[in-house]
Amino acid sequence: MNWIGLWTVYKKEMQRTKRVLFQSIVSPVITTALYFIVFGSAIGSAIAVIDGVSYAQFIVPGLIMMALLQNSFSAASSGIYFPKWIGSIYEMLSAPLSYIEITAGYVLAATTRALLIGIIIYLVALFFTPLPVLHPFWALGFSILVSFVFAMFGFVVGLWANSFEQFNIIPTFVIAPLAFLGGVFYSISMLPPFWQTVTLFNPLVYMINGLRWAFFGITDVHPLWSAIVILIFMTILIGIIAWIFKTGYKLRK
Amino acid sequence: MIKISGLNKTYDNGFEALKNVDLEIKEGEIFALLGPNGAGKTTLISTICGLVEPTSGTITIGGYDHKRDYRKARELIGLVPQEIMLDIFETVWSTMQYARGFFGKKDDPALYEQILKDLSLWDKKDNKIQALSGGMKRRVLIARALTNEPKVLFLDEPTAGVDVELRRGMLEVVKKLKERGTTIILTTHYIEEAEELADRVGIISEGEIKLVEEKESLMKRMGSKTLKINLAEKIDSLPSQIEREGLSLSDDRNSLEYSYKIGANSGITSLLSDLKSANISFEDLDTEQSSLEEIFVNLVNE
Repeated sequence: MNWIGLWTVYKKEMQRTKRVLFQSIVSPVITTALYFIVFGSAIGSAIAVIDGVSYAQFIVPGLIMMALLQNSFSAASSGIYFPKWIGSIYEMLSAPLSYIEITAGYVLAATTRALLIGIIIYLVALFFTPLPVLHPFWALGFSILVSFVFAMFGFVVGLWANSFEQFNIIPTFVIAPLAFLGGVFYSISMLPPFWQTVTLFNPLVYMINGLRWAFFGITDVHPLWSAIVILIFMTILIGIIAWIFKTGYKLRK
Repeated sequence: MIKISGLNKTYDNGFEALKNVDLEIKEGEIFALLGPNGAGKTTLISTICGLVEPTSGTITIGGYDHKRDYRKARELIGLVPQEIMLDIFETVWSTMQYARGFFGKKDDPALYEQILKDLSLWDKKDNKIQALSGGMKRRVLIARALTNEPKVLFLDEPTAGVDVELRRGMLEVVKKLKERGTTIILTTHYIEEAEELADRVGIISEGEIKLVEEKESLMKRMGSKTLKINLAEKIDSLPSQIEREGLSLSDDRNSLEYSYKIGANSGITSLLSDLKSANISFEDLDTEQSSLEEIFVNLVNE
């Protein structure tokens, strides 16, 4: 293993996060904080308590999960797309770096960025409402795994994309709608039975509810299912990435 | 140092960029790869350096197979690409640090300092790449390629679009590297560069290596000289007794031009004595040697 090489890829990506701090960290935190203030504090005060949890508290895990999903994805996709686009990827391809080291550097940096955002959002939310965490180990575990999985997803899409538009398709048309419909703002038990069944096909439901369970012990799906869905996604993405390693897809001409 | 055998590259669109290339680069030499645009120069370099996956064939670098032992093979290599492909938001200094880091080597500020000073970039070390001129960016490309202390340096048209003075500076750096024992492979359009620097010259055209030869012997073998004879008086036509192959009368009828192959039977002595017997007197003699460029054009057009 070229550990220094992997560390360099990681460090360079983290340096990029710092360089575009406003866009990479501040902007997603502000966006999420606005959701929280409007839906949680303003409207939420008029909404009944759900399973002993106030509405302001209820939406926090969902908002954190949504931020993790979107930011790990976009950090990794833009991370690998940029050097591919300007050609500076040659620096890594001509160095004694394996595909595993390159990918791990990007994916771990994107995971770190997403987790930083998640933690900041949690701290900001603490100003508005008390947020005890019932299962801190699982809260951290779900957060890390989901960020890791979506960072891999972002890496694959960033590698595949041939234009800036292509990698914006997934966050805008897939992640955001699925998160909004996946119970960030409501418990799916509030839906009519038919839509409840439909919603169970949305994988993000399991991720959002997993984190909500870790926070408050309440969930629409069993936490074991949350863990299983995350692991299934992880397996699929590791499979895709392994295939990329084998073929050099889009990395080497 | 580098051994390439049976190398082929066919791109996905069916374009055959390299056709059965066999090439050997000796340790410590400067090898100039010449060829017209689209001949396969960059593809060949990119394949050796691991940017392009070959369709078939083998490459070894310092005895290491470039795929099986890619880490050891690539550790020996520094690559200066043709295009300026740098992260323009980084500073010169961090570009150097990352470049060395990718090679798994510990940070070495003293080395960066020496390289940057050699390339007159020391005062720009804290500048962002985007604030540099085109010529400086090109030097940064060279500087970062030296951070892993390569044994073999690939320079893909390093002086394209660089002004004369800067070009001189770069050529000095190349010569210095050679003195330290670095093997250098250079592609260029500027034939005078190859002529000045190279020990051996390879000519590639349409994906095939047409010729590999010592520069000196190539010039000797292919090179011809032209003898220009300025006449004391104009003549209307060539008298029959001096007519021969390679001899012509200039349009202004003031001079004769005689082209000959360098070597023993140049025919100069007999030409001069024939001129004397034909009573043609001359004022001045001048000889010109054909350049690598002419040799190259002749070869590619064959």
